[in-house]
Amino acid sequence: MKLKRALLLAIITIATVLTGCEPLAVLDPKGPQAEVQANDIVMSIWLMSGIVIVVFAMLAYMLFKYRASKQKKDYEPPHIEGNIWVEAICVGIPVLIVAFLSFVSVQSNYKVEATPPGYEDKEPLVVYASSSNWKWHFSYPEEDIETVNYLYIPTDRALEFKLYSFGPITSFWIPQLGGQKYAMADMVTTLHLAADHPGEFMGRNANFSGKGFAENTFDVTAMSPVEFDEWVEEVHKTADPITEDKFEELLEPGHLGKMTFTGTHLDFKPAPEGENSGHQHHHGSNDDEEENHDNHEENEDHENHEDHSDHSGH
Amino acid sequence: MKIDHSLPLEYSTEQSRLRILGFWIFLGAEIMLFATLFASYFILRNGTGDGPSGAEIFEITPVLIETLLLLTSSFTIGLAVHAMRLGNKKAMMAFFGITLVLGLAFLGVEIYEFAHYVHVGAGLQTSAFTAILLTTLGTHGAHVTFGLFWGLFILIQVKKSGLTPETTNKSFIFSLYWHFLDVVWIFIFSFVYLKGMM
Amino acid sequence: MEFFERFAIPHPSPAIYASMVAIGLVTIAIIFGLTYFKKWGYLWREWLTTVDHKRLGIMYLISAILMLFRGGADAIMMRAQLAAPENKLLDAQHYNEIFTTHGVVMILFMAMPFIIGFMNFVVPLQIGARDVAFPRLNALSFWLFFAGAMLFNISFVIGGSPDAGWTSYFPLADNEFSQSVGTNYYMIAIQIAGLGTLMTGINFMTTILKMRAPGMTLMKMPMFTWSALIANVIIVFAFPVLTVALAMGTLDRLFGTHFFASTNGGMDMLWANLFWVWGHPEVYILILPAFGIYSEVISTFARRNLYGYKSMVASMVIISLLSFLVWVHHFFTMGQGALVNSIFSITTMAIAVPTGVKIFNWLFTLYKGKIEVTTPMLYSMLFIPLFTIGGVTGVMLGMSAADYQYHNTMFLVAHFHMVIIPGVVFAMLAALFYYWPKMFGFMLNEKLGKLGAWVIAIGTLLAFMPMFFSGLDGQARRMYTYSESSGFGIWNMISFVGALGLAIGFALIVYNIYYSFRYASRDIGSDPWDARTLEWATHTPVPEYNFATMPQIESVEPFWDDKKNGKKLFKDKIEKIHMPNNTGIPFIMGVLFFIWGFSFIFAMWIPLIIFTLAIFGCMAYQSFENDHGRYISVEEVEETENKLGGKR
Repeated sequence: MKLKRALLLAIITIATVLTGCEPLAVLDPKGPQAEVQANDIVMSIWLMSGIVIVVFAMLAYMLFKYRASKQKKDYEPPHIEGNIWVEAICVGIPVLIVAFLSFVSVQSNYKVEATPPGYEDKEPLVVYASSSNWKWHFSYPEEDIETVNYLYIPTDRALEFKLYSFGPITSFWIPQLGGQKYAMADMVTTLHLAADHPGEFMGRNANFSGKGFAENTFDVTAMSPVEFDEWVEEVHKTADPITEDKFEELLEPGHLGKMTFTGTHLDFKPAPEGENSGHQHHHGSNDDEEENHDNHEENEDHENHEDHSDHSGH
Repeated sequence: MKIDHSLPLEYSTEQSRLRILGFWIFLGAEIMLFATLFASYFILRNGTGDGPSGAEIFEITPVLIETLLLLTSSFTIGLAVHAMRLGNKKAMMAFFGITLVLGLAFLGVEIYEFAHYVHVGAGLQTSAFTAILLTTLGTHGAHVTFGLFWGLFILIQVKKSGLTPETTNKSFIFSLYWHFLDVVWIFIFSFVYLKGMM
Repeated sequence: MEFFERFAIPHPSPAIYASMVAIGLVTIAIIFGLTYFKKWGYLWREWLTTVDHKRLGIMYLISAILMLFRGGADAIMMRAQLAAPENKLLDAQHYNEIFTTHGVVMILFMAMPFIIGFMNFVVPLQIGARDVAFPRLNALSFWLFFAGAMLFNISFVIGGSPDAGWTSYFPLADNEFSQSVGTNYYMIAIQIAGLGTLMTGINFMTTILKMRAPGMTLMKMPMFTWSALIANVIIVFAFPVLTVALAMGTLDRLFGTHFFASTNGGMDMLWANLFWVWGHPEVYILILPAFGIYSEVISTFARRNLYGYKSMVASMVIISLLSFLVWVHHFFTMGQGALVNSIFSITTMAIAVPTGVKIFNWLFTLYKGKIEVTTPMLYSMLFIPLFTIGGVTGVMLGMSAADYQYHNTMFLVAHFHMVIIPGVVFAMLAALFYYWPKMFGFMLNEKLGKLGAWVIAIGTLLAFMPMFFSGLDGQARRMYTYSESSGFGIWNMISFVGALGLAIGFALIVYNIYYSFRYASRDIGSDPWDARTLEWATHTPVPEYNFATMPQIESVEPFWDDKKNGKKLFKDKIEKIHMPNNTGIPFIMGVLFFIWGFSFIFAMWIPLIIFTLAIFGCMAYQSFENDHGRYISVEEVEETENKLGGKR
């Protein structure tokens, strides 16, 4: 009995901690896509809680009512094969619930895979977000700007992120703006997001990618279109242009602070889409290929070296 | 050991019936193995990178010879089992032996084929396509090689102890295996070579 | 010297050096102990060469419990590292190695042998068979599993642990990003153990389909046997996919191919697909036999027949089919578009229906029963609510749009632990307590057992419920640290406390085993739980031939009918019994595979070739060996039966 009380106490503690906290990031959406997802999540939590309560209640009832200690010594439980109606209900209700959830799920799928409603009037802002161990590179082809580890976005336009990776599979995730999507080396994936209000958000790589994974984060700042334009202008005035050599340096494994450049790496190192995709036959891109290969070897040397120094450090 | 004379010799004991069912289940697993390889092949087919494509390296002649050899060997192992059921040890051993010789010849041509691929610059490391091609063919080839040794051991046992419930059971199971390899080859022939050459 | 450098740990720590010393000392102690007590002969004759399904089952269980503690130690270290923000207990590399080995060990080397161990011990008894269809193959299965498990476990002291996660996604797992031999260990060790598992699948399918006692039609099979049959069908069809994936991974790492590389036409997503085409059915290989155990336990202690037998069977068949159609839900976020995600979202949620049917059937089995809450029953009753929480969160994860937010977070981690621990681990503990008397002739202490069950259940809730919240707050899985300002600290601290609770719970079980071994009564008869199925109809300890005469089956609960309704099970006269001989070949092949795998991992080609030939040599020897087994005479059987309390 003592233990049951302890269990109850634990549940109450959890509940208090829960209510005392700030809202959870995913359930505190700041954009239309995150809102769709948060609504689905909250709705399914309620629905599932209902199921959990039904099961708990049935279990409690059975355990309470049919305990051996509550029955006569000579009571012999009956043989019950099953009842077609009872079983039909046990199948029917879950089928209805799953059908309803499927309906919602399919609808939401099409919502999160498209430009969010209310933003169709303007062309979406295209940002190429590429990851390398363990950084994020954001290229704004339209604005001709490239940043590292931070992202400025306007609130009046939909955002179309083109994701790819210069290494392991990573996952681009800004919880308060919407769910994540993978960035891979041999193709480009597209993530549709939008920010409703100005604010600062956490963004990160959510997919394990090796030693520096935990710190593989970036800051997101949503701002009014005017501020955004000002920022673009300022970058063009103050920042250095990105060069191929500089970019290769950035790609080397490790962590970097925030950086800003004019121009984008897409000019000299195009994203793996269209004819540069890893799954197509290569026509005349042999040079690129070889370059890639050289880089890998360099990286490897670098890592070996690093490992070695780690080794001696211990 | 209880022997049931109403059944063919290879099915006549409890243990041999279990073995045959077990082997069928094993073939089920083998189907999944090759199905996975085929699925991977279709996915990686176009992943030729800087290497050649199938159409550039496939040669029809050795492939046709291989097909002919393997199909014939599947027929002769069938004849061997037939002879075994009739209790004709000599004929059984002869057909069994011919099967193994045909299998060996198949393997010889396949080795030539592999050498050809490597020669024209389609080695294991060239591209994802060459890797999956050689792995799929190689897995089949390894099965044939394994079968050759296995078959040889069975042949020796038949020679030593005649057509007993034990040896007939082994021979029958071997014939299932050999037919299976033939079926796999037919898939390789149609979906890898013919489709690749078109 | 250069030759030996490859065996060094690339990233050592005092803890690893301490483990090396500990492993060395324990090995010496075991060798010394065996020599001192002159037990080498006993070990070889009775255990290493045995082909008896009961002994193999017990060896599987011992391995599983050992691995539970290995994986558990990993878990405690992880939770300790994350208990506080910016903790310095482990660095990133060690943390990565630990969660990788935790995952692999717990799924493949703890849960799998636990399940297969009970299958081995119980299934032949439940169907009234003398052994499995291929006893020697069964021994080989065990030794291959054991070789693979041991190979994987030495990785952290020789050459370095794998560190690319238990999913080992490429290109992270490729040479470029995982340079130590760790991932080679992953590829080869799992391959060897997987071969053993595949053979188990074939063996048990044949056994269950062909070796049931007279009268036991398919629809009269006990539910655990049904679940074992279906799990083995899944093994046979899912494991070859893993075989191919691991072989391709090995080729990529050791032979420079480009299957999963991002250059030369390779495709990293192919690995993820193949892995989960195996990986998702694998989950059901684990959970279905666990469901089988619950069915046996709940029916026994509700003192009632299992409600809805037919729908139980049907739901398992449906689950097994669906299990092959949902793998994409492990990567909804890979960019395959709304349509594909919608299809897999629906198939995923559809699994909830047959699973729900099973939950309701267990509840209705309690209806009008006479429920006795013993330790196995307590685990089953704790399973239902906890697993329901795990299960419904699974449905939530199945909604693909929302999954963009759950994926790769602690929410997911919470979900699968809330399914696997109450689902599989509780079932295995229930089975351990339930079958312990049949295995060892004495019962485990009930008081300590129930205390352990409560501690483990509370530990589970404390450890994993907070993860649902930290996941929704944006904590990604596999992060070795987080900042103070993230606000994840409190959740992870609670998790750590829960993990300690789990550790205490498992320690209680070990203490219980020790305590009961010393003090429990040995006079318990052969049916201490008043059970219903055939495994309780034979003597305790079970004689090597299981049943002196073949039982005649007329219902799903033949033993119950024998006891209560006077339908005699054993009508035949004793005849001589045919049994297989012991053999050392499976053990020797296990050792050869171990060294073969080790050579492969370190790319030592000459030993690799030698041991490949040695393995084939063993197979050739086996082919030529003419061993028809032996007979136990009628007198001998009668003597054994009398000693155990008379023929049934």
